[in-house]
Amino acid sequence: MNVERPVRYSRRHIVKLASAAGAVAATARHQVAGAQSTPAAAADFDWQRFNGETITALMIQNPRTDLLVEHLQEFQDLTGITVNMDVVPEQQQRQKQVIEFTSGNASFDVTTVSWHVQKGLFGQGQWLADLRPMLEDPELTASDFNFDDFAPAAVTYATQSDGRIDTMPQFLDYWILYWNKEIFAQKGIAFPENLDELVAAAEALHDPDNGIFGIVARGIKNANVPVWTCFMQGWGAQPVDAEGQLQTTTEEAIAAAEVYKTLLANYAPPGVNGFNWNECQTAFSQGTAAMWFDGAGFARPLEDPAQSKVVGKVGYGLQPAGPVSRHSGIFGDGIGVVASSEKQGPAYFFCQWAANQENQARILASGAGAPARMSAYSDPAVMENLTVPEELLATLVASGEIGLPSLPAIVPVTEFRDVFGVALTNMIFGGDVREELEIATEQFQPILDESQQG
Amino acid sequence: MVSSLRRAVAEGRDRLATPLSSPPAAARLTGSGLRRGYDRRRRYYLFVVPAMVAMVGVILFPWLFTLYMSVHDWRVGSERAFVGLENYINLARDKRFLSAIVRTFYYTVLAVGFPLVLGVMAAVLFHQEFRFRSFFRALFIMPMMATPVAIALVWSMMFHPQLGVLNYLLTQVGLPPSLWVYSPDTVLASLALVETWQWTPLVMLIVVGGLAALPTDPYESALIDGASWWQVLRDITLPLIMPFIMVAAVLRVIDALKSFDTIFAITQGGPGTASETINIYLYLQAFSFYRIGHASAVVVVFFGIIVITSLVMLYLRQKTLWA
Repeated sequence: MNVERPVRYSRRHIVKLASAAGAVAATARHQVAGAQSTPAAAADFDWQRFNGETITALMIQNPRTDLLVEHLQEFQDLTGITVNMDVVPEQQQRQKQVIEFTSGNASFDVTTVSWHVQKGLFGQGQWLADLRPMLEDPELTASDFNFDDFAPAAVTYATQSDGRIDTMPQFLDYWILYWNKEIFAQKGIAFPENLDELVAAAEALHDPDNGIFGIVARGIKNANVPVWTCFMQGWGAQPVDAEGQLQTTTEEAIAAAEVYKTLLANYAPPGVNGFNWNECQTAFSQGTAAMWFDGAGFARPLEDPAQSKVVGKVGYGLQPAGPVSRHSGIFGDGIGVVASSEKQGPAYFFCQWAANQENQARILASGAGAPARMSAYSDPAVMENLTVPEELLATLVASGEIGLPSLPAIVPVTEFRDVFGVALTNMIFGGDVREELEIATEQFQPILDESQQG
Repeated sequence: MVSSLRRAVAEGRDRLATPLSSPPAAARLTGSGLRRGYDRRRRYYLFVVPAMVAMVGVILFPWLFTLYMSVHDWRVGSERAFVGLENYINLARDKRFLSAIVRTFYYTVLAVGFPLVLGVMAAVLFHQEFRFRSFFRALFIMPMMATPVAIALVWSMMFHPQLGVLNYLLTQVGLPPSLWVYSPDTVLASLALVETWQWTPLVMLIVVGGLAALPTDPYESALIDGASWWQVLRDITLPLIMPFIMVAAVLRVIDALKSFDTIFAITQGGPGTASETINIYLYLQAFSFYRIGHASAVVVVFFGIIVITSLVMLYLRQKTLWA
């Protein structure tokens, strides 16, 4: 068996990685002849070829979309294309997409896709256009767009199993370990680099009599599944393998679930079984949890004195390694062109603008999340206006090097999360790990089989 | 006294039973007059057409289409296939669905029983004359006016095991903290607590209206006979307001059976599936898993459950009417 040794990242290593990634991105940018940072400057490219067209964009209501809306006039001035922005809360946006695609008459030309939930479904339905021909067409893609600038993890996420790239990478949400440096210092404990150290640290820091809990993470069904699947990555395992077979009762899956159970049943606040990210955020930001394992998008509220009691005390660490390998679980969003749209050209222009260097840099600078482009992490303008700690930046860059999807790219991913989420919640209440996983696997297998039969 | 009251109610009912539309004998027409009346009635049908179209469009068609979908295997993104009663057979074997039915009835009993008892008590209290009665009554009905999702979000914060005000209050009086909606053992009771808080005022309003309409004669007789407060309440007030209580019960049962917003906003059916009622199960099947055929079968079964329960409640209500 080829056992990969866990990667250990020191703080110095991470900073080096960030610098290196920055340098690579900077070099890539300079390699584009005559390219400058804004698409408007690509003088050889005709941004006005669809002047006068009108398109509709169905977007998720989130800080990234807010930025696009805020700067939309830039796009309209650049291209002469009018964009109707239909901005809808996440759940409703997903439902609207599915209903309209199923009806065969989508009312929008371009849309945001949550890869971690919808990739398999969209791949099966082929509802979005393959962007590869457009990316290769110099009349449609500006010379300074630089697709190679996107993090490898993001490109992998945007690529369907048949090789089609049906979304432009926009945003990645890396799973990281938030840690309260003050509580760690009081107990003289170092940041846990692997899962064994994570469990040991949670045990050592757990002091409920003084209102401190060792760790907090999602316990509510459905939302809790990525915690387990991220831990599985440490064994080099995935819940569904490349052949589409469930790997949820393997020794690796069971070991990862044991870690989940140990942490949440013993060292988490009472009631954690009902915690989603917002309850976890509350517990950590109020200083009652020493560690929090979740997506990387919470630096802004944690560093906001109006919302947080741990401002300046938060460490942003990489996902701990397992016994076999170290990865970082990722969620992500892309933006794609509707396959049935009669305005694919203008819609593609919008995708191109939305994912350009400038808009990606804005995401990072404003603390709206982790952009998919590597160059954003070394952009001088970003560094000047940074509203999040540099330590987080370094961790994001390092995560980009080792990122793997947190959830399997299968069509019934929501059912997967529901069925295994119930099993994980039951474990917190004392359910036997192996038994719960076997029951869940038995329940989910026919659903997966049915979806694979099409 | 009670028999005279029953007689008066019976006379009133007889009057109401006479069709208002029956014309007097002198006004009845024959021959051409009858034809003119028939033609006019035919023209009247035109006015009914818009309502009929709306009814067919928004009630009859969706209902028939739901029945049609319930006999198909249809997932969003894949082809539709006729499967007969397979969806219903699968439902009958689905332990999660069967548990959701049991949970729905348990939740309904709690979410109807407590508001009924407390609402009747509040109605009796607010029926009395006391200072600032109108002010307190207005205060009492305020929960009913709030948006359910907003209420759910506020209660979510109150239920929080570490930071919620409810556990703070419990510890202040020396009681141990509870996990409220975070424990499978207490989640349904805690959710019923929210329903009770919000809907007790509705029961109070219905019953207080009934109390205001009661005749004074039985109370005067009871006063002369020296009946105690408790005897008056038990033997006169409660029997007389029972039809009103049953109206409140019917409304509450239907409402509690199809309760969704409060549960979804607070627990989303969790922990695990501990608060997954039929409606939450249905939502997951239709809008999270996109199993449209399966979800349609759930709708049909759930509709049957609501109809049967409502008929039982209406039958019970008939039994409580003044004879």
